[in-house]
Amino acid sequence: MIDYKQAGMRRSEYETTVRALGREPNETELRILGVMWSEHCSYKSTKPLLRTLPNKGERVWAGPGENAGIVDIGNGYGAAFKAESHNHPSAVAPYQGAATGVGGIIRDIIALGARPIASMDGLFFGDPSHPRTQSLSSGIVSGVAGYGNAVGVPTVGGKTLYDPSYSENPLLNALCLGIVRREDVISSKTAQPGQLVVILGSKTGRDGIAGAAFASVELSEDSKASRPSIQIGDPFIEKLLTEACLELRDKGLIVCMQDMGAAGITSSSSEIAAKSGVGMRIDFDKVPLRAEGMQPWEIALSESQERMLLIVQPEDYEKMAAIAERWGLDCAIIGEVTEGDRYVINWFGEEIVSLPASLIVDDCPEASWASRSPDYESAWTPREPSRSRDSSDMRDTLLRLLRSPSLADKSWIYDQYDSMVQTNTIVGPGAPVSLLRIRENGNMIAIALESDPWKCSLDPFRGGAESFAAGVRAVAAAGAVAIGATDCLNFPSPEKPEQFFELSEVVRGIAACGTELQCPVVSGNVSLYNESASGRILPTPVIGVVGLIEAPLSWIPSGNWKPGDRLYLVGKRESSLAGSHYQNVIDGKVSGRPMPFDPEMERSFGKLAHVTARKKLAQSARVLAGGGLAVALAKEALASGMGASLEIDPSTNDDVALFGEGGPRACYAVSEQDVAAFEETWRGFPCSYIGAAGGESLRFGSVSLPLDELRDAHSSVPENNGRRD
Amino acid sequence: MQASIIVFPGSNCDRDVGHGLRSALGTEADFVWHTQTELPPGTDLVVLPGGFSYGDYLRCGAMAARSPIMGAVSRHAASGGLVLGICNGFQVLTESRLLPGALLANRTLRFICRPCTIRVERTDTPFTRTFREKQILHFPIAHYEGLYFLPGNELLALEKRRQVVFRYASTDGVADDSSNPNGALNNIAGIVNERGNVLGLMPHPERARDMLLGDASGAHADGTDFWKGIRDWADGRLGQ
Amino acid sequence: MIHHVTVLVFLKEGVLDTQGKAVLSVLLHAGHSDVRDVRIGKYIQLQIESPTREEALKQANAMCEDLLVNSIIEEYTVKLRGEEDA
Repeated sequence: MIDYKQAGMRRSEYETTVRALGREPNETELRILGVMWSEHCSYKSTKPLLRTLPNKGERVWAGPGENAGIVDIGNGYGAAFKAESHNHPSAVAPYQGAATGVGGIIRDIIALGARPIASMDGLFFGDPSHPRTQSLSSGIVSGVAGYGNAVGVPTVGGKTLYDPSYSENPLLNALCLGIVRREDVISSKTAQPGQLVVILGSKTGRDGIAGAAFASVELSEDSKASRPSIQIGDPFIEKLLTEACLELRDKGLIVCMQDMGAAGITSSSSEIAAKSGVGMRIDFDKVPLRAEGMQPWEIALSESQERMLLIVQPEDYEKMAAIAERWGLDCAIIGEVTEGDRYVINWFGEEIVSLPASLIVDDCPEASWASRSPDYESAWTPREPSRSRDSSDMRDTLLRLLRSPSLADKSWIYDQYDSMVQTNTIVGPGAPVSLLRIRENGNMIAIALESDPWKCSLDPFRGGAESFAAGVRAVAAAGAVAIGATDCLNFPSPEKPEQFFELSEVVRGIAACGTELQCPVVSGNVSLYNESASGRILPTPVIGVVGLIEAPLSWIPSGNWKPGDRLYLVGKRESSLAGSHYQNVIDGKVSGRPMPFDPEMERSFGKLAHVTARKKLAQSARVLAGGGLAVALAKEALASGMGASLEIDPSTNDDVALFGEGGPRACYAVSEQDVAAFEETWRGFPCSYIGAAGGESLRFGSVSLPLDELRDAHSSVPENNGRRD
Repeated sequence: MQASIIVFPGSNCDRDVGHGLRSALGTEADFVWHTQTELPPGTDLVVLPGGFSYGDYLRCGAMAARSPIMGAVSRHAASGGLVLGICNGFQVLTESRLLPGALLANRTLRFICRPCTIRVERTDTPFTRTFREKQILHFPIAHYEGLYFLPGNELLALEKRRQVVFRYASTDGVADDSSNPNGALNNIAGIVNERGNVLGLMPHPERARDMLLGDASGAHADGTDFWKGIRDWADGRLGQ
Repeated sequence: MIHHVTVLVFLKEGVLDTQGKAVLSVLLHAGHSDVRDVRIGKYIQLQIESPTREEALKQANAMCEDLLVNSIIEEYTVKLRGEEDA
């Protein structure tokens, strides 16, 4: 018999259990509760924080509590989306960890009855010169590619950042988005007594046992030894499972569906029972097994991939089994929905688990951690803005920034991803925002994935808001209205008061941004304990923002300068180097206080950007992000294959003006006939003419950077990650 | 023209080809599950779509090449019917020996997905009649095993019989090592059988930009032209 | 009787073994200067029920010809590893 500690429980949690049951839980029950009450499954540390996030809105069909959020995208269709982390598995087994991360989030989308149409990945790697970073990054990228490509869901974009804090603890966040008709949405809350519990997909093996518990502790040397528990992904089966589930959906044969992710059968079945307010009986001896001699607790906690739990009407089972057989998938009745609240597991006729479903799913005591603000003020002490003394400094700084791994071209990554399958990708990876055609209703969706860990480390509230706002701006510049967001909160242990404070403040920033900009956070996930003996990760909220462009379609691409286009900078001139790429690359450390979140400015920017796109008053738009104005212009020039003459002289503009970050700002390319209308549109918002497109070099006053030189710098890739040809 | 798209377990471009045919020609294709043993009556064109049939396990296309429907596809080809294999479909065609050679892992040992240009080497096949000799087409690639291989003397014979229909080339028509994305021998991107009615190619015509954005976009119309050319050939043959 | 048959599949001489070449270059870079060549192939285990060893080998060869090996690019060897009662 194991004790509560071995099951991963705290004493107080164990006592809660005994009180609720009026008896000691047996070993299998203890193991189940241990996993279900782990941070990963229960969100016990963050529930009170997550409750503060805005998740309601006219367009929201489904929010937190379902497998993913769904927002209305018009004409009776919804976009289901969610981002999820798979950090710990990717740290110990990069290829499989990343692959199963992609697979898991795709199943979350399928579980709602949606067809997955796009994925994105947030990648956070360590110091690129660290040998471990090379093997981790190439393994993780191959894993995303290997799984996503084979399953036929395009990876249309993402975000990649490098910082030494991720060397031992890389992050892999995967986002998936699917399309569903309103009447096809499948819930996980509608099971009724008498219905059957069915498992569909792969057989259950010993892989990934107790992965959820693994994800809820700090990484140690032992984690590497625990490698056998890593799940193995099979994208081929996932593809078959996708098609089978969507066929079952079309035939109306599914009552409820839930992906088997962390804690496998136990979590999926008990969650359906608890959310539906019913009981459930599961016969473990009926579960199709891959390995011999598996114990009930192993079956309960197995994280074998490519499995779905379905609730079906008894009279529909035959039809379901026939469809499963056609797709070559295992399908078995493993239990029944019952009256009441009892979650029972039988093992060859013997009742081995009997717990209230609500106890497993809802009653994990919330963990309240002490919170204490670290000393941010000393880092905020104003820093002497470094001025470019002469033109060679500016040239050198821009080239160094373009060459830095976080800002450099990522085609070595995204060329490995099939970004085009399903033929909806209008704008794919490499652009600030990805655009997808929605075949079903003629509209378009814009998705941006953003994160600003450095600013979060200096001011978690402002950093959290900035991370979110950056995505809202990016979709707005393309012409979309942000209609929903998903967040992945990657943080170190919440048990240290400073770290809990930081987490709380980032969430407060996200909540403020979502509320002020009316962009509900409809799904998400939390990954804590991202730290190891060598240190903790930066606070890393990854936010996926989904925007809608309604037909008749009018949108503005990036990297689309035409000769003679007038270039405009919209947004305030002032920005900040605090937490910028500039500080990281040039100073080697960050300091200062990032720009405050200014909801009024953000809303005006969004509104005007939308008008600009609706009236198609610009050829090209790019929001200012990492590296500020100079890097934005360089990226526009490179993507357009064209230079520009800029009325921005490095001798009169300091580095803050050139490389500062933060706040709603964008550069637009406007063709001559639209100049008057463009200026009229942006009247009342800071807007200045900064130059004209054309030529083979980017000319900042007297500083001239040939495109070839910019391209050479920008296309440099971290060592050993380059193409071999 | 009646097109039948074969669906293997793991195919993932089958629907894309269906959409491509619909947007270019306004026709609905039949989707044929791999366990069938006959093609729908009246089939003019069989398309073996891209994807990862059987997970690309063992060898790409190997298991799909042995599936029940392939007997009917072979008979269709033998009777002069059109067969088109795209990407994984090309691999299925070489594995089933309907086309010579084999497709090996890219020399980069990486999956490559990117826009790509190919040069039309022959305009006298049913698949390329709408194009000009040496015309450059914009068809993207997305594959891990796309390096076309054939032993030396057989490759010479293949070239001599003018079976190479498409070659990877730069936008100004140069087919050399720098315009070769995957290391394919002689920059080969697509070949036909001796009779000319079976075409395999690695690039994806159904992903050409115009299929995506519609004709108003001004994007390359190569994808639409490709399907229209095949239809005109098939319909003309019917009328004969 | 169950016969355990192992099949080794290699790319033919003259077919570019991109994986082998890549591994060779990494080994050389890592200081294993004595390595001259690397070839990477597949190892397949078959359990074949048949009355005799000869019959099992014959069946294994047939499987190689039918599916397991592509004779345009690959060559193979078949070996009987042992047998046990079914």
